[in-house]
Amino acid sequence: MGDVLIGRGDAIPPAEVVDVELYHPHSWITKYVFSQDAKVIALQYSLTALAIGLVALVLSWLMRLQLGFPGVFSFIDPSQYLQYITMHGMIMVIYLLTALFLGGFGNYLIPLMVGARDMVFPYVNMLSYWVYLLAVLVLVASFFVPGGPTGAGWTLYPPQAILPGTPGHEWGIILMLVSLIIFIIGFTMGGLNYVVTVLQARTRGMTLMRMPLTVWGIFTATVLALLAFPALFVACVMMLFDRVLGTSFFIPALVSMGEQLKYGGGSPILFQHLFWFFGHPEVYIVALPAFGIVSDLIATHARRNIFGYRMMVWAIVAIGALSFVVWAHHMYVSGMNPWFGFFFATTTLVIAVPTAIKVYNWVLTLWRGDIHLTVPMLFALAFIVTFVNGGLTGLFLGNVVVDVPLSDTMFVVAHFHMVMGVAPILVIFGAIYHWYPKITGRMWNEALAKFHFWITFLGAYAIFFPMHYLGLLGMPRRYHDIGQTSFIPESAHTLNAFISIVALIVGVAQMVFLFNMFWSLRHGRKADGNPWRATTLEWQTPETPPGHGNWGKELPVVYRWAYDYNVPGADQDFIPQNQPPTPRPA
Amino acid sequence: MAEVALRKTQDAAARPRHWRVVASDWASDQTAFKNVSWGKAMMWIFLLSDTFVFSIFLLSYMTVRMSTTQTWPNPSQVFALHIGGQDIPLILIAIMTFVLITSSGTMAMAVNYGYRRDRKKTAVLMLVTAALGATFVGMQAFEWTKLIMEGVRPWGNPWGAPQFGSSFFMITGFHGTHVTFGVIFLLIIARKVWRGDFDTGRAGFFTSRRGRYEIVEIMGLYWHFVDLVWVFIFAFFYLW
Repeated sequence: MGDVLIGRGDAIPPAEVVDVELYHPHSWITKYVFSQDAKVIALQYSLTALAIGLVALVLSWLMRLQLGFPGVFSFIDPSQYLQYITMHGMIMVIYLLTALFLGGFGNYLIPLMVGARDMVFPYVNMLSYWVYLLAVLVLVASFFVPGGPTGAGWTLYPPQAILPGTPGHEWGIILMLVSLIIFIIGFTMGGLNYVVTVLQARTRGMTLMRMPLTVWGIFTATVLALLAFPALFVACVMMLFDRVLGTSFFIPALVSMGEQLKYGGGSPILFQHLFWFFGHPEVYIVALPAFGIVSDLIATHARRNIFGYRMMVWAIVAIGALSFVVWAHHMYVSGMNPWFGFFFATTTLVIAVPTAIKVYNWVLTLWRGDIHLTVPMLFALAFIVTFVNGGLTGLFLGNVVVDVPLSDTMFVVAHFHMVMGVAPILVIFGAIYHWYPKITGRMWNEALAKFHFWITFLGAYAIFFPMHYLGLLGMPRRYHDIGQTSFIPESAHTLNAFISIVALIVGVAQMVFLFNMFWSLRHGRKADGNPWRATTLEWQTPETPPGHGNWGKELPVVYRWAYDYNVPGADQDFIPQNQPPTPRPA
Repeated sequence: MAEVALRKTQDAAARPRHWRVVASDWASDQTAFKNVSWGKAMMWIFLLSDTFVFSIFLLSYMTVRMSTTQTWPNPSQVFALHIGGQDIPLILIAIMTFVLITSSGTMAMAVNYGYRRDRKKTAVLMLVTAALGATFVGMQAFEWTKLIMEGVRPWGNPWGAPQFGSSFFMITGFHGTHVTFGVIFLLIIARKVWRGDFDTGRAGFFTSRRGRYEIVEIMGLYWHFVDLVWVFIFAFFYLW
């Protein structure tokens, strides 16, 4: 790799940015509760996201109990089933995945990986977490209001989302919209920090093209979020007005229960456009950090430089840009002009090009690599397989004529769970196992971790593979009970029961993960600063876990890209980014 | 700037060509935007995000204006004031726009004096800007009151499409909120300038960081943005 030295062996460049003084906490409260340290904020974000994610996990068990054994659990009535679906989807997508990848991993990894002492505006960063927590609390509150949480489906399509007949139309929908608005405000505070830190606060020698792909993924995803969340924000504000003030932004003239409603003249399709203008980039807000992280996991644990780094970066940027022009492929059955369908099908399939570049590059990185089947690597490999699976079914759904019969069936459920549910969550697990030693200074229990991996990986396939088949049979999604339907054979019901049992087993296996994380905190083997012998800066901190300000007295200086593994002629099989080049013989 | 650029590209033989120059400049060491402070970069990116918010508000208003089946009230008549025995269309909006654009001028002067370290003039000009902003919000409150007295509500109005009132209150309300926040921050920063915080290096109350006169310019970016948004609202809502 030519890009090793700064200016071909010249002196390192002078610092362009003055080293700002950090806020120094005076008490336990300012150190661990109202902390301005990105690492503490990252843990707060992560733990909150995992906690609310557990709620969503339990909701999925309840849904599976109903689907697998209809009629057995009488406490799950149709309204509740819809509420479980809605809250499960919204929590998983927004409050777990987005918050964990950007608020959690973003906060922890960005300053460490680019060699900064903290985020650029730590105080705003702290506010971001507390606003996020408020959003979560408002969301949780909706479980306890009269009528319960909204059951409109996570897409919240009007008019049904706010009209009588939909569970939670009294209070649930209001709290959901308010919670989303608060979340977006909080996210914006954090997101601005992540972007500016990456752009303007890198250490000496850290050019953009030397950044680890993790930072590239999180950075691009944050830019997407800053541009996509406004659509959701505006849509939520308008729907809130429709619900509370009786405006008609989204509601056309309607007759309900024989009565003409007061609404009239609004455009329900407008909401769908706004929602998916946010919703499709959201897929990549979740996927791009996963792409980035998995690239680093693969390079580190296969001891090889990432194949085609430059193309990997451009692919991330290209996917990010393209994600803004594909949104209406979620609306093929909404009654759009067919020409739009044609346009959006084309742009959707174009995304396959940069995505395929990434997959090929991951595979080529592994090719003849020195693959260590550590737990993070297992999760990374599982991600590649799962992502390819989910991506291939995306080709079915991206084409209008194939999508129309498959739309609103379990096939769609299987597709998006594979591609943006299971795949990113596999990366989250891999990433947690990978960085756990740095965050806590301890190793986790390997046996438990491997057990957790195999149950989760195989279980996910046992759950979601059969769903494709159910979808092809025509089994609709979001149905509380499909009853006896002539085109759905008896075997489909057996399959449903099988899926439910596996889902419960996989769910319980996650408790093993949680146990491992907390048990190892005290009882894990002590980890040294760089247990994976990785090149990136976060493993080169003077202390493990990294202290306040990350770097001690001197900021690190970067001399090379992030992927110097197995360099011919080097002493070790990796060269850290901050290791100066050996002087060349005269 | 020129020195920085020279230092970065001294290795002319290896210098990439054409659009690659742009990419490599952006990707260069430490900072993507040379000599741009963190605060200024953050404000610009925030404004980009906020641009999306206002664009989507305006696009949504245009969509419901098309989707509604009732006639759209004529803004020239709705926003006319009865002065001196005749209806003058849009007179209040014209004055509001004039006030807001003027405030952009005083803001720009404040930025100039800020960089000259002229505390008093900077603070006074910021206070004038805040006063003009407050005047704008006050006139908006007057306009809202007048329309509400005439029977305009978010859910309906006497002249036609109910989406008229919905969009009006939502968009001008959201913009007015922006102006109000701007006024509040103008007052806070004007106080800091007046007190000389940026000369004495006094630490911020919340952030415990020392501020700089550049904050006046960053405040100015926000203020000009809010004015610019108003121009679009004026064009798309009042003139159309």
